[in-house]
Amino acid sequence: MPSLGTWLAAFFTLCMLSFLYKDNPFFRIAESFFAGLSLGYYIGIVANQTLKPNLVLPLADNFSANWHLLFAGGLGVMLYFRYIKRVAWVSRWALAVYVGYYVGVNMMQKLHGEVLPQVGDTMLSLSWSGIGTLWNVVMVVGVLSVLIYFYFSAEHKGAVGGISRVGIWFLMVSFGAAFGYTVMGRISLLIGRMVFLVNEWARPLIGLIT
Amino acid sequence: MPISSRNRVCFLPLAAILLAVLPFLLFSASVDGQPPPETTGSTLVSETPPADTVAGQPPAVEGLTAADTPDDEGGSVTVKWTEPAGAAELGLTYRVMRADSPDGQYTEVCELAAGENEFMDAGLTDGQQYCYKVFSIVGPGTAESGPTAPASPRGNWFRMYRLNALILLLVFSGSVLYYISRARRAKPIYIRKIAGLNAVDEAVGRATEMGKKILYIPGIMSIDEIQTIASLAILGHVARLSAQYNADLEVPNKDPLTFASARETVKEAYLEAGRPDLFREEMVNYVTYDQFAYTASVTGKMVRERPATNFLIGSFYAESLLLAESGQSVGAIQISGTAEVAQLPFFVVACDYTLIGEELYAASAYLSREPVLLGSIKGQDLTKLLLMLALGLGVILESFGVAFVKDAFRMH
Repeated sequence: MPSLGTWLAAFFTLCMLSFLYKDNPFFRIAESFFAGLSLGYYIGIVANQTLKPNLVLPLADNFSANWHLLFAGGLGVMLYFRYIKRVAWVSRWALAVYVGYYVGVNMMQKLHGEVLPQVGDTMLSLSWSGIGTLWNVVMVVGVLSVLIYFYFSAEHKGAVGGISRVGIWFLMVSFGAAFGYTVMGRISLLIGRMVFLVNEWARPLIGLIT
Repeated sequence: MPISSRNRVCFLPLAAILLAVLPFLLFSASVDGQPPPETTGSTLVSETPPADTVAGQPPAVEGLTAADTPDDEGGSVTVKWTEPAGAAELGLTYRVMRADSPDGQYTEVCELAAGENEFMDAGLTDGQQYCYKVFSIVGPGTAESGPTAPASPRGNWFRMYRLNALILLLVFSGSVLYYISRARRAKPIYIRKIAGLNAVDEAVGRATEMGKKILYIPGIMSIDEIQTIASLAILGHVARLSAQYNADLEVPNKDPLTFASARETVKEAYLEAGRPDLFREEMVNYVTYDQFAYTASVTGKMVRERPATNFLIGSFYAESLLLAESGQSVGAIQISGTAEVAQLPFFVVACDYTLIGEELYAASAYLSREPVLLGSIKGQDLTKLLLMLALGLGVILESFGVAFVKDAFRMH
């Protein structure tokens, strides 16, 4: 006999799948439960896995070594000032610090982790050394044409237009490949859910009936 | 129009290209793929007679040096030595010993197999002096090297092997600042048309005429994601249009910080449009932090309220197709944009217009014509142009077997 938890999981899975037919009361019930439960769940997750280990415990255990965390905690508290009209502007300061910090961090991460290595790795030899050279040509032409497609200072006409058209073809081919790859991943998710329904819910149930 | 006079600044500056590429080349030539060796170390003069002269004794290592590890945050010393000939055949192992002074009490730090000739001793105290010895060991036989001169770990301000990233950052930032200043002096800045953005006005107008909702989904990530920031800039434009047309806008959010920023953005847009009276806080609402609970809620909203226009702009993951397909099924005009490569195919097939990758970032500048944003796009274009030229030069040189341009882009 499936447990109550399995019954609930199977019921809500079927409720969500009923959306494939059309919007219906079962889907609405499941949707509301899902949104409400997940909201409460994440409040607990944030409190226990973010605030407690990263702020509360370090301050409680060794305040003198971790006092600088008060700045981060203070910025977090400032965000809630938005609910007090007279000092709502204070929340903007916290947001500005948060956005500014991540723009700086991201900029270096992208340059260091993506732009420089990718440009360097695209500098491939085009001197003939077998069939691999053809792939080098495809790589170099692809990268340059896509870069030209994303060059916004020139109209896509004439030579620039021609090259950028090659670039968009490269993009579409890569999107096609990514589409197939992702669809395969989604189907495996569906299979996983079906395996749950059959093995953990339906099979024990049928076994019980027969 | 190919390359107009308005763009000649981008295409002419050979000097700028050389200036940008030259430091890379100089850096490459000087670095040769490795961090520069520390010169403050000391050289060991082995006090032990060559071991191979003593019967049954393994040979001692030579050229032992200890020096502060370069380009680090401190707390480590790098010990190097030259392996004796035939170390691998002899099956040597090396025992690295450390003391506070040349004549002090040496304690074992680590043991390494033949083939190793370098060891970084971490977890040390900056400013304190350390001396090292290395024992060569084969079975019961041990040969001791003499001690190194004292070496002190210290932190470094810069990681010189990341100089190429710094140079690129300066070129990028400099070009952005230059073009922003040009834009502020009312110099004309040209940005090509971006397909899809011209449809924004039409999409907002359509919703107004139909008396239906505009649903703006700013992705599922927080504002530490650049795509979300770009999305909020576009949201500002859409909200201004909504205020002007008195259209019904709704922005459901998954991330709490994005929610706070989106509400500020929409509120400000309504204020700028001169219609603060039309702004209602519930226009920008929070759903939940769970990805698929959020998706279920938004798709439910789509099929129930049948919005005339959906904007799906920002950072999306597995929910992209669920949202885009639901919107498409209710006949909404859909404008999407993301830089997530795996999700772009879904938007391309299920939406009417899609901002692909960097078009998303350029979109806010294109829509607002703000000098700061226009200047930053132009600056990015100049950096891209320099990178394309460097790439072309690198490919040509690599084809002739010259690798120093490629080495300059290598990350260590």
